[in-house]
Amino acid sequence: MIRVKLGAVLLLAVALVAAGCGSTSSGGGGGTAKLTLVAYSTPREAYQALIPAFQATTAGKGVTFSQSYGASGDQSRAVLAGLPADVAEFSLAPDMTKLVDANLVAADWNAGPAKGMVTDSVVVLMVRKGNPKGIHTWNDLVKPGVQVITPNPFSSGGARWNVMAAYGAQIKQGKTPAQATDYLLQLFKNVPVQDKSAREATQTFVGGKGDVEIAYENEAIAARQAGQPVDYVVPDQTILIENPIAVTTKSKHQTQAKAFVDFLESAAGQQIFAKKGYRPVDPAAARAAGFPTPPGLFTIADLGGWKDVAKQFFDKDSGVMAGIEKQVGVSLGS
Amino acid sequence: MVAAGPPDGSGLRDSLRVGSGTALLRGVVTTYLSLIVLLPLAAVVWRSAEGGRAAFWHEATAPQALAALKLTFLLSLGVTAINLVAGTLIAWVLVRDEFPGKRVVDALIDLPFALPTIVAGAVLLALYGQHSPVGLNLAYTRAGVLLALAFETLPFVVRAVQPVLLTMEPDMEEAARCLGAGPLVTFRRIVLPTIAPAMLAGAALGFARAVGEFGSVVLISGNLPYKTEMAAVHVFTLVESDDPAGAAAVSVVLLALSLVVLAAISLLQRKGTRHAD
Repeated sequence: MIRVKLGAVLLLAVALVAAGCGSTSSGGGGGTAKLTLVAYSTPREAYQALIPAFQATTAGKGVTFSQSYGASGDQSRAVLAGLPADVAEFSLAPDMTKLVDANLVAADWNAGPAKGMVTDSVVVLMVRKGNPKGIHTWNDLVKPGVQVITPNPFSSGGARWNVMAAYGAQIKQGKTPAQATDYLLQLFKNVPVQDKSAREATQTFVGGKGDVEIAYENEAIAARQAGQPVDYVVPDQTILIENPIAVTTKSKHQTQAKAFVDFLESAAGQQIFAKKGYRPVDPAAARAAGFPTPPGLFTIADLGGWKDVAKQFFDKDSGVMAGIEKQVGVSLGS
Repeated sequence: MVAAGPPDGSGLRDSLRVGSGTALLRGVVTTYLSLIVLLPLAAVVWRSAEGGRAAFWHEATAPQALAALKLTFLLSLGVTAINLVAGTLIAWVLVRDEFPGKRVVDALIDLPFALPTIVAGAVLLALYGQHSPVGLNLAYTRAGVLLALAFETLPFVVRAVQPVLLTMEPDMEEAARCLGAGPLVTFRRIVLPTIAPAMLAGAALGFARAVGEFGSVVLISGNLPYKTEMAAVHVFTLVESDDPAGAAAVSVVLLALSLVVLAAISLLQRKGTRHAD
């Protein structure tokens, strides 16, 4: 008897849950399209300028937006788990590849002229105003007494750009992989706190901790635009950060979503991004917008691409960084 | 949870015992508990076992996971010990002392519950970090983590012991004192046996809370693997590294170890109750 009642209650509960889920789907049948933009956290401000600009174009007329911002990995997992999205932008390509593997993004997403990337940036060294510690090169970061702020590369996907910039800069200067790995060890010995995200790391640095933060150029520009007392140095050797964007296969408004991405990649869209500190994807446009190309600029492809790099550096058991965290942590912890 | 005198619900209980009301009630309770507690916990265990026993063992005994688990348990036990002493003292003062502003202090005790844990972490970091206005820099140290845990778990022992102290008649203590017992002996022989079960109940809740604490420690710990990384923060890192199986495995170990400690406390508590009788 109890079992029957239990079953009935369970059925009722399931029915209620199902009804609840059903009611959350947006009713977009009113002629105009509502696009859901799911993006990582830093371009939020840029989109506050980009969306009205798009709506002012003929293609964007009547298109409304619902926006979701968060850590890149979290956003990618959310879309994977069923968060509705028409357009997705992440801070690094592996978060997009996950969606491609799940058929949520078309396999040819990176076939266009910009290879699927909507903005670029570079890894820079953010320092205190006037650069009191005289930091100009990567080698200045491993000097004794210099405190370096960078997030934990295992909890922050974005922090992996920092690690690869530091490593690649050594390779670019003619060091061997072993020497470059040792550089990473020396570097992380100077890291007093490993925040869980790039945002938190910047808050820690702006809050007064550390002498230099390994950061993205757009974040450094945003901090300066916000009136923070910081400067930044673009080291001679650094990595080109590339942020991917794509229309999802599940989007019910393919035309409008594609038009939005086209607008973001157009000269007008790229100019708005540039004002917010992002480098236009087209190198000529980037130079025109006043972004100098460092002599030793390299890309993740030069280091083997994300797939290899993720395995070689960020595997939590055998990765180079896992070993470095252990060496640094055990010596600190005991 | 708290032995605050017999609840006067015998009439209600009698009326429920007759008829099919009990069956319905039991059904509702079972369903509710299943949906809210049992299913999610089972899902965690299920997830952790997906890769087989070897994979589970590999995840659960990874050096970084072990370091985080060890630190979490030592600090949680430490904060439990602190709470047992400090919480009982606070409860004692709040019940037995009269001082201006007592009601305000009493109301303040529960506030750590209301404050979002991440805000607690940020405030503690501002107060006891780099630019500490009180000259105490505990940021990114284990002491800082312990402080955050103490803040988050303070109310448990206080709120468990307080009602028991309130219902305690002072006759026994007076009798003991008349018979020549000093205040320490009176406390140890008369008061402590009465409040010990409540102290342990509060300690158990505080311990469980400390073991799973995330928000308040993620900022002040600085997320340094092997040094200050707590288990819950490590689990977060595993999730962020796209390793849900590893996250589930570490969580299951966390649950299992907590279960052992909670069972031990419950055993002690029962022993204490028997002793008091």
